[in-house]
Amino acid sequence: MRDIAVVASMQRQEKSIDNESEVEYMVPLMHGVKESIGITQADVGFTCSGSSDFIAGQAFSFVMTVDGANPVPPISESHVEMDGAWALYEAWVKMQTGEIDIALIYGYSKSSGGSLRDVLATQMEPFYVAPLWPDAFAIEALAARQLIESGKVSLEQLAEIASRSRDHAATNPNAVRTTAKSVADIMAEAPLMDPLRPSDIPASADGGCALILAAGDRAKDLCERPAWIRGIDHRTDAHTLGVRDLTTSMSARIAGEKAGVGNDKVDFAELYAPFTTSEFILTEALGLGEDTVINPSGGTLGAHTMMASGLIRIAEAAQRITNGDGDRAVATAGSGPNLQQNLVCVLEGE
Amino acid sequence: MVSNDDGVLRAPLRLEYPFTRTTGQVVGGFLTGLREGMVLGAKRADGTVMCPPLEYDPITSDPLTELVEVGQSGTVTTWTWNGEPRAQQPFSQPFAWAMITLDGADTPMLHGVLVDGPDAMSTGMRVSLQWRNEREGHIADIAGFVPEEA
Amino acid sequence: MGYNQDPSVQPDALSGKVTLPASLDDVEMVQAVRTPAAIDYIATPGASLSAYLRGMKQKKILGDVCPVTGQVFVPPRGVSPVSGQRTTEMVEVSDQGYVESFNVTRLPIKSRPDLKPPYVSAWVVPDGSNVGSIALVAGIEPEEVRIGMRVGAVWKPDDELEESAANILHWEPTGEPDVVLDDLRIIGKPGDNQ
Repeated sequence: MRDIAVVASMQRQEKSIDNESEVEYMVPLMHGVKESIGITQADVGFTCSGSSDFIAGQAFSFVMTVDGANPVPPISESHVEMDGAWALYEAWVKMQTGEIDIALIYGYSKSSGGSLRDVLATQMEPFYVAPLWPDAFAIEALAARQLIESGKVSLEQLAEIASRSRDHAATNPNAVRTTAKSVADIMAEAPLMDPLRPSDIPASADGGCALILAAGDRAKDLCERPAWIRGIDHRTDAHTLGVRDLTTSMSARIAGEKAGVGNDKVDFAELYAPFTTSEFILTEALGLGEDTVINPSGGTLGAHTMMASGLIRIAEAAQRITNGDGDRAVATAGSGPNLQQNLVCVLEGE
Repeated sequence: MVSNDDGVLRAPLRLEYPFTRTTGQVVGGFLTGLREGMVLGAKRADGTVMCPPLEYDPITSDPLTELVEVGQSGTVTTWTWNGEPRAQQPFSQPFAWAMITLDGADTPMLHGVLVDGPDAMSTGMRVSLQWRNEREGHIADIAGFVPEEA
Repeated sequence: MGYNQDPSVQPDALSGKVTLPASLDDVEMVQAVRTPAAIDYIATPGASLSAYLRGMKQKKILGDVCPVTGQVFVPPRGVSPVSGQRTTEMVEVSDQGYVESFNVTRLPIKSRPDLKPPYVSAWVVPDGSNVGSIALVAGIEPEEVRIGMRVGAVWKPDDELEESAANILHWEPTGEPDVVLDDLRIIGKPGDNQ
C-alpha cells in the first residue's frame, strides 16, 4: 500500500447561504485549499467530488461546480452521488495505482432551499416504502425506539451525547448549533419525532468542504505533519429495513475492523452520526472506549451539510492530527437510511 | 422571482417525477394481492416468510419465488408519532409510523397506524389492516392499521 | 444457490417460476405501478445570477468578467469557466449580437405550448460577450436564418418586465451586414485569447 495523507482542507458551513450559489461558495474553498499549500490545479492529478441534485433541486448542479476546478486545459475528473468521503475513497484507490500523487476532493450541498427530511424519502425502497413518504426523522425514530426499549441506551444517555456535542460545537467556528444546553434541559424537550427530541436530530447546514490528498514524499513536502490514512474501508447493510437489526450497524463494525480501528488507541473520533442514536450505534460498532474523545468538532449534531458531512469528519480529524492535538484518529462517513452505508478511515500522525 | 426584505431573490421550484415503474413478478405479485385484498410474503430457504417480498433474499441472495398469503393482523415492533402529515403522505390525519410483523410473516413492514395520539401506541400492540375502498395494486391500497379489537 | 449461482443461468425470479396462491390464478397481474413524486424547493440564484436577473428587469444584459483573461461570460455564473476564478466584476453587454449557430425545430415541445413549430433556437452572442447563449430567433423564415446573421433582442413591454431572462421574447434580424465568421474572435474557448 502506498502512503497517502490528508495535507490540507478547508470548509464552510452556515445555517443557510442565501445569496451565493453552490459554485460561488465552493470556488473559494477549492482554490483556497490549493493556495494554502502552494499548489495549483496543474499539480492535481485527479479531481473528484460528491453531491446530489436532489438536495437543492438543481439538475446537473455538479457540472457547474466543475468550472470552479479550472478544467482548462481539461482535467481528470469524476463525481459520485454520495458524500464527498466516497469521492475521497475513489481518489485514494486511484492514487494506489501510482499514477498520480495529488488529488483534490470536494463535497457540498445547499439544502436550505428544500425540506431535506422529505427529500430523503426519495432514497427509500421505491415500491413499498417511498410512496408512503416517510421522512428521515421518522425512519430514525423507529430505530431510536428499539434502541431505548431494548435497554441498550437511555434517553438520558442520548441527552448526554446531545449536550456534549453542543459544548464541542461551541469551539467550532463552522458549527451552527452552538448554544449550550444541559442534559436536564434536553430531557425536558418535547419530542419532535417521538422519541427523538430537537437536540437529537442533525443541525442542517449549507456549505461544503475541499480537501487535498498527497502521496509519500509529496505529502511530506506539502505539510509539516500529514495525517496519514492507515486504513480505509466502506461497507453497506441491506436496504430493506425489515431484515436489519436497526439497533446496531454491521456495516460500520466490519468497515472498522477492515480499517484497523482497534489496532491501537484512538485519541479522538469524528463520527458521521446525524442523530444522537447514530453516534451511540457507531461508538459501539467501532469499539471506541472512554479514552476516545468523540466528535471534538461537535459532529453533525453541530452542523450537518448533506453530501459533505462525512468528508468534513475526515477533514476535522486530519486537521487535529496536523495540529498535533493527537496521534491517531478515526473518521466515518455515512449514507442511506439508518446508517445503511458506512465508510471508516483511520488517520495517524508520525 | 421575488425579492424579500433581505434582498435575496427567491422563486418557487417544483421538481416532478411522473414515474411509472414496472414491477416484475414478485413485487407485481404482492401488489396484485393487495388489489385482491390479500397480503403476500415470500418464503425463504430457512422456512421464514419475508413480507413484503423481494426478488432476492437480502441476507443470502437466494432468489425468492414462492409467494404465500400471510395474515392481516400483526404486532408492532417499533413506532413513532407523525404529528402533522407531510404533503405527500397518503394519510390525512396525524398517525403513527410503525414496523408491523404480520401473523405468518417473519420480517416487519412499514406502514401507518391510525390512532388518535401517541398514547394509543405501544411496542408489541396488536393491529389489524384496513383496506382502502378503491384498490389499484399500490402500497397505499392499505389505508393503514388500527388496534386489533379484543 | 445464492451468490454461487452460475451467472449465465437466468435466476428463478426472472424466468417465470414465481408461484402465487391458487386464488390469484385467474386475476390479471399488476405489472406496473405509478409512483409520482413532486418535490418543492425555493430556488435562490446566487449573487451573480441575481445581479443578471435584476439587470433584466432594467432591460440590461449583464455578464461576468474573468479576472484573469478579461473575457465576458453571459449568463454569468459567478465563476470564470476558463480560469476557475470567482468573478467579482460585471459589465453590461449589448442587446444586439449575432447568430453563432442555430437549429430549426419542427416538433412541438410539451412544456412550451407557446412555441409553434417550426421555430429557430440559436446560439446568440451579444456584442461585448465572449460566449453565446441559447435564444429564440423569430421575425424571419427559418430557411433564411444563417450563421453570422446580426440580431437584436425583442423585449417584453416595459410594464411586464420582471427579474427573468424571459423578458427577452426572442431575437430578430437587424438587417445589418452579416458577420464573417473568419473575422470573429471566438474567445471563451480554450486556447484563444489567453
